[in-house]
Amino acid sequence: MNTDLKRRMLLRGTIAGSAIGIAIGAGLLTPKAVLAAWPKEAFTAKDIPGALHSLMGADNAEESGEINIKAPDIAENGAVVPVTVSTTLPDVESIAIIAANNPVPLIANFNLLDGAEGFVSSRIKMGKSGDVIAVVKSGGKLYRTSKEVKVTIGGCGG
Amino acid sequence: MAENSIKIRAKLKDDVVTVKALMTHPMETGNRKDSKGETIPAHFIQEITCSAAGKEVINAQWSGGISKNPYISFKFKGGREGDDLTLTWMDNKGNSDSATVKVG
Repeated sequence: MNTDLKRRMLLRGTIAGSAIGIAIGAGLLTPKAVLAAWPKEAFTAKDIPGALHSLMGADNAEESGEINIKAPDIAENGAVVPVTVSTTLPDVESIAIIAANNPVPLIANFNLLDGAEGFVSSRIKMGKSGDVIAVVKSGGKLYRTSKEVKVTIGGCGG
Repeated sequence: MAENSIKIRAKLKDDVVTVKALMTHPMETGNRKDSKGETIPAHFIQEITCSAAGKEVINAQWSGGISKNPYISFKFKGGREGDDLTLTWMDNKGNSDSATVKVG
């Protein structure tokens, strides 16, 4: 693991001055295509379709009853909102968590690899009340579900 | 980064390993201002990878929208008692930390 990490850091460091770096700068290659790096575009997109498009290559997610979001109906503190996403969909490749009304809606993406179950849990920040959306990529297609969370104290201003 | 920024547990039950981890990290979005009105620079974990017995089971990409001192939990099949489970994070400033536990 450690060597893998070092390799990644090295790759990242090299990219700045290399031909690949220039190609990225010119928009010829997306960084994602070069290495599985942090998807900056998706994490700066201000709207959900934009974020989904750059993260998953499509934004036409289908509503699914096979995804379950566990989150409080009312969150007293928007800085810490526990969210658990589980799904019974087959062949889950990834799960993304989105807070619809946050300045940057995409919060996290989890890639589930060998043996991982369709389950992730974390704690997120919510600037104000709104939908928490889970997008699941299963068998190459996108599925989504959402749950409204009321926030009494926003979490983005601290 | 300070040592032991990660607390992690991995428990095997009915063929499924449940992993729970807590990390110590400020998770600054870069949108907040301090008392003098100056922007607090973004400082958050961007990437998490977790592998069991040398095989990667999950990786995650995060924004500053994950709460301070992040919590993550996930489950996977195929793990055995005594397997090494390693979690590594890397933040937007290039800091990283890693912790390994045995599946119990």
